[in-house]
Amino acid sequence: MNEVALIPQLFKTEYRKIISVLCKLFGIVDIEIAEDIVNDTFLLASETWVLKGIPENPTAWLYTVAKNRTKDYFKRHKTFSEKIVVDFNLNQNQSEEIEVDLSHKNITDSQLQMIFTICNPIISAEAQIGLALKILCGFGIDEIAEAFLTNKETVNKRLFRAKEKLRTENIKIELPTENEINSRLDTVLTTLYLLFNEGYHSSTQKTHLRKELCLEAMRLNYFLIENETTNKPVVNALMALMCFHASRFEARTNQIGEPILYEEQDRTLWNEELIAKGNYFLIESAKGQEITKYHLEASIAYWHCTKTQTTNKWQNILQLYNQLLIIDYSPIVALNRTFALSKVNGKQVAIIEAEKLNLKDNHLYFSLLGNLYTEIDNIKAIKNFEIALNLAITNADKSTISKNLYDLKAKKNNS
Amino acid sequence: MMIFKSEINESFGPSIQPNIKHWNDWIGGIAAQGKLAGANRLSFEGKTLKPNNIVADGPYAEVKEIIGGYLIVKATNIDEAITLAEGCPILTHGGNVEVRSVMSVNS
Repeated sequence: MNEVALIPQLFKTEYRKIISVLCKLFGIVDIEIAEDIVNDTFLLASETWVLKGIPENPTAWLYTVAKNRTKDYFKRHKTFSEKIVVDFNLNQNQSEEIEVDLSHKNITDSQLQMIFTICNPIISAEAQIGLALKILCGFGIDEIAEAFLTNKETVNKRLFRAKEKLRTENIKIELPTENEINSRLDTVLTTLYLLFNEGYHSSTQKTHLRKELCLEAMRLNYFLIENETTNKPVVNALMALMCFHASRFEARTNQIGEPILYEEQDRTLWNEELIAKGNYFLIESAKGQEITKYHLEASIAYWHCTKTQTTNKWQNILQLYNQLLIIDYSPIVALNRTFALSKVNGKQVAIIEAEKLNLKDNHLYFSLLGNLYTEIDNIKAIKNFEIALNLAITNADKSTISKNLYDLKAKKNNS
Repeated sequence: MMIFKSEINESFGPSIQPNIKHWNDWIGGIAAQGKLAGANRLSFEGKTLKPNNIVADGPYAEVKEIIGGYLIVKATNIDEAITLAEGCPILTHGGNVEVRSVMSVNS
């Protein structure tokens, strides 16, 4: 493998390891120094390797450089600290022989602690995702801005405020206590869930970037499964959900990134390996007593990954949506539940239920009504699709609705 | 609050499979409107405490009807709640739904 391909790959696997260890060493106060050192290390690698070739053990090379840079930093700042700050908490003798511990155990422990530090409920969910992408996934500000469909300045401000908050609240980089771990794990999972959804549903046209967001969420989730402390049923449930969704990645958009509806997807493009992994994690998730929204969503996704079209399938999906709504209402789940109802009890029944939902500012609501009225009352179907078209914002949504309208009007003219 | 009541011998509550689906579909329909605030099914096990420390077995010793469960919905008035109660599976099993408003602590 040449250095052009190797460096981005190492960046993916090693960045978060080195930075976690360094952040732990420097503390949240000097998080930027840790970031600078790791970025310098990778910059030096790309410069050196092009000239001198790839070292025998590239990972060890990166670790050595990061270690030396860290030691240099401490040496350079020692004189300064000694002169200016006499009574400083940091023990000066310690800094002289500062130990950068890049052992497997310390890397794993530090990463786990960093995940909990970043996914801290004192900062907003958006800031948590941003920080996770920046620090744990090594994303650039440009990429984060693109993923959130915002500008660099906004992202910079958001991340700056989040770091400030962690500093002023004096958040330690450590694991929550045994008592806190479940509730804190909830926050971590919410962040990973949002990160995954950001990729899965994001309106950015850059398919590559969207996949990367999903993969990062899966990598972090898998990391939690590898650790005994965090390998809980609920973590496996979220992993199953992500695997099932990700299995349809290749099938759900066309060449130019436009969405392809579930019913029209080429099922040979579904990733069987990811479906099998999803099944595995779903079974693992069933080991506890608790049924969370991730369990229910994963089970729904499981049924969507089965290729058979039995009424049994939709009956199961409907029951799961019912349960999901009972524990966690959201408009999108209400709409999906009504669609499942139409598959089980027919469109007439679903129309009555849909009319009660009253989600009049949601284009998906009118798209659903348009869909349900199609072939029952095509004039009403057209009316609903037209309202949906007015409310839709993204081009992808608009083109889907327009296509439905076009088909319906063509039918009307033929009859 | 909706209180589900039925004759004692009635096979009521979600005891058989098709029945549980009807209940779930009905409650799911209310939840889909974002109007569900809470629900609980009651089991048949229970005792009744009477004055003078008399404890009677079962929740249904001397009554014709038994409460099988309850559900709390968000509705602006009783009529809206009654509309939500339409379609409750207990109605097709010889039972009834009593709809009462819950008073807030302050009033």
